[in-house]
Amino acid sequence: MARLIIPTPLRKFTADQAVFESTGNNVKEVINQLIDEYNGLKQHLLDERGDIRSFVRIYVGDEDIHALNREHTTVEANSVVSIIPAIAGGSY
Amino acid sequence: MKKLELTAQAEDLMKSHSLQGFPNEICGFFYGKTVEGVKHVTVIKPVVNAKEGDQRRRFAIDPLDYMKAEQFVIAEGLEFLGIYHTHPLHPAIPSEHDLKQALPSFSYIILSVQPEKVVDITSWTLNDDRAFEQEEIISNRNVNTSANKAS
Repeated sequence: MARLIIPTPLRKFTADQAVFESTGNNVKEVINQLIDEYNGLKQHLLDERGDIRSFVRIYVGDEDIHALNREHTTVEANSVVSIIPAIAGGSY
Repeated sequence: MKKLELTAQAEDLMKSHSLQGFPNEICGFFYGKTVEGVKHVTVIKPVVNAKEGDQRRRFAIDPLDYMKAEQFVIAEGLEFLGIYHTHPLHPAIPSEHDLKQALPSFSYIILSVQPEKVVDITSWTLNDDRAFEQEEIISNRNVNTSANKAS
């Protein structure tokens, strides 16, 4: 099964689980399985249209799914999928 | 007030990184353990400021660096406690831009930097109302700290 890495700030919604194992065949299926298990994540990962939020990046291995087939990117049994929040800031 | 314990080595590494980067903003991660509600910072990891354009008032972190950090803490059995960055020539108070991008549970250490000196260090975390609350920084100069160079 593919392994999904939950970012630390979202683990309050996964009972502190860092890794979620999924049988999904593509990114959309993996994310949906995760949300089915931990519904509190939905508002943080998906927008009102059900699409992955713009400030959340999804990587399969070392590749941004924006450079692949987006939500339809294929996930293999040995894939590692990472949810990556945008990190930025500034002084004023 | 929540508490965050910072070793002398951790503080010194963040300060030297801050001065090296001046007048630009610098940024990095810190890791450690939470014991009885106190965050103990034991590892400092400087990260490249990936913000394109003017870095004097903005920082951004490359998604790959963030991904490596999450993998690192899992491999090392540590907690990803938060993110530090500088405010060159500005107070160590979170900006609206900092608030907009902030994530729950993380601590945000801010260093106020003048040309040759770090003049203030503060730490902040989001409350349930998505407002920043200041954390008390406890200085502990007797604890060993692992310090890593920037990648």
